[in-house]
Amino acid sequence: MADKKVQTAGLMGWIDARFPLTSNIKNHLTEYYAPKNFNFWYFFGSLAMLILVMQIVTGIFLTMHYKPSAEEAFASVEYIMRDVFGGNIIRYMHSTGASMFFVVVYLHMFRGIIYGSYRNPRELIWLFGVGIFLCLMGEAFFGYLLPWGQMSYWGAQVIVNLFSAVPFIGPDLSEWLRGDYLVSDATLNRFFAFHVIALPLVLLGLVMVHLIALHEVGSNNPDGIEIKAKKDKATGIPLDGIPFHPYYTVKDMVGVVVFLIVFAAIIFFAPEMGGYFLEANNFIPANPLQTPAHIAPVWYFTPYYSILRAVPPVMNSQFPGVAAMGLSVMVFALLPWLDKSPVKSIRYRGSLYKKWLAAFVVSFCVLGYLGTVPSNVWGQFGTWCGGADRATVIARIFAVIYFAFFILMPIYTKMDKTKSVPERVTH
Amino acid sequence: MKKLFIILAFLPLISLANEGEVGVSAPIDPTDQVSLQRGATAFINNCLNCHSANYMRYNRLQDIGLTEKQIKDNLLFAGEKVGDTMKVSMSKADAKKWFGAAPPDLSVEVRARGADWVYAYLLSFYRDDSRPSGWNNKVFDKVAMPHVLYELQGEQALNHETHQLELVKPGKLNSSEYINYVADLTNYMAFMAEPAKQQRKHTGLWVLLFLGVLLVLTIKLKRAYWKDIK
Repeated sequence: MADKKVQTAGLMGWIDARFPLTSNIKNHLTEYYAPKNFNFWYFFGSLAMLILVMQIVTGIFLTMHYKPSAEEAFASVEYIMRDVFGGNIIRYMHSTGASMFFVVVYLHMFRGIIYGSYRNPRELIWLFGVGIFLCLMGEAFFGYLLPWGQMSYWGAQVIVNLFSAVPFIGPDLSEWLRGDYLVSDATLNRFFAFHVIALPLVLLGLVMVHLIALHEVGSNNPDGIEIKAKKDKATGIPLDGIPFHPYYTVKDMVGVVVFLIVFAAIIFFAPEMGGYFLEANNFIPANPLQTPAHIAPVWYFTPYYSILRAVPPVMNSQFPGVAAMGLSVMVFALLPWLDKSPVKSIRYRGSLYKKWLAAFVVSFCVLGYLGTVPSNVWGQFGTWCGGADRATVIARIFAVIYFAFFILMPIYTKMDKTKSVPERVTH
Repeated sequence: MKKLFIILAFLPLISLANEGEVGVSAPIDPTDQVSLQRGATAFINNCLNCHSANYMRYNRLQDIGLTEKQIKDNLLFAGEKVGDTMKVSMSKADAKKWFGAAPPDLSVEVRARGADWVYAYLLSFYRDDSRPSGWNNKVFDKVAMPHVLYELQGEQALNHETHQLELVKPGKLNSSEYINYVADLTNYMAFMAEPAKQQRKHTGLWVLLFLGVLLVLTIKLKRAYWKDIK
């Protein structure tokens, strides 16, 4: 496709003789053939791109006024909120954008799971995607320290301390990460560097390879069948494919506007989202001498945080919990090799898979909720259970289901009774 | 099955409402400029001697209907400029020596604690001779701050049987007047925590209106392009 000769004249011709502009536009937009049966779930990829751009642009403007110093950081955020023209909107766009990025990425990943978009030949797209997800988690974590509120400070303290649970090198490792014996000005400075330049560069690179890989093999679709298998004999164009531009550009515009309506409603009317996007405690400046009564990460980290808390210490070491938390994120990368089903899409899978998936989604949500509240939230069981916290026991059960979804996947996807897949996409 | 699944998935979201720790809701109205102005006066006269509001500029009070001249003539006492922020001259070190804890900056206190908490706190001081200041607070036990408004409210005592506060010595204001006074003060502190809040909501309506129109147009555009896709 790439070596197709392009005939252009005028300015375009001048450029094309020096840079493959027309052929790139063709390869990635006007002659990139996407399946015509994309549904609701297919909006979230382009929305993630939109948020990425928005975060970069609002981030640039915030950087112009923000001071990465323990003395001035909190005050500079309030300065942005009060004295910078439009600063409150820019800041809310950035803080809401962070949460919405995760909303959109979780839905995008869920789409990949239900339609088997990680399966052959798209394993690398999925792996790059997992890389993007990890990078995004890093971005969110580093960025969360910057307002230098109590939650920023103690959240960072707790997470960096996790590394001290690593056997042998742990304490040195966490000190090396902080650049100090506790989270301090030095930590804030390096987190700022990671947040505004290091990780964004990696993120952009990963997004690029994610898209290059996608455009190489072509998009999956809700039926999970390859449209390239059935091509028009004369033109070589997939029978069920339509050019990305204009069809999906105009369709994605609808998605973008719907998203912006939700986004604007949050920014203008509920930027704290009841304490889930901006926590009340973070309006108290960081105080290294006063630990808040309840430290919880922001909502998008809470499923993994719940798993961390659910695993009991082994031989006085927190490391198993930390390892389980790390695994709970990394395990997504294995999906392409765990799924042994003959079909890709949930549409043609049997009820066994659907039940497992439902159990996984429920455990993800319950773990997510439990991570936001203290572990004594539901009281304790009686003495028959050693007086254990109800929430902890429930978190353990759901953590087991969470991992079972992945570990048992090769078995239940093979046992599952699948339906027959159609020749062409259903539209 | 599908319904049950959806309910289970969203269950955590339902349970996240309801936090009301203090059990009262502050009767405040952010659009009531007269109340906000009374509250600003109360704040500057009573709170701003020990508590700073370092992120709040005096001239921001123009947002609640005061003119620059009114601010200069009535609310600036120590040679501040109208563009200055609300600072106090008491140093943190001195404050710590005198009260045992430095009074926190109050610029964003309402965002940290909630208006209801601030309102309940200001109503809940009572006499407690076991405390160094002679005062305690039902909402914030063993607080270092004495009851600055006691001349207005009078003195309350804690009834140890009912755990209720009872007015034992009346102040200059009667109980409903004091409640209004505290409500105005809370209203102002809520304004001060995010001065652009009302403006933000106003802008938001126009943004949503614009997006609503844009949505109709994009849907029509999409349909026009997609009509021949079978």
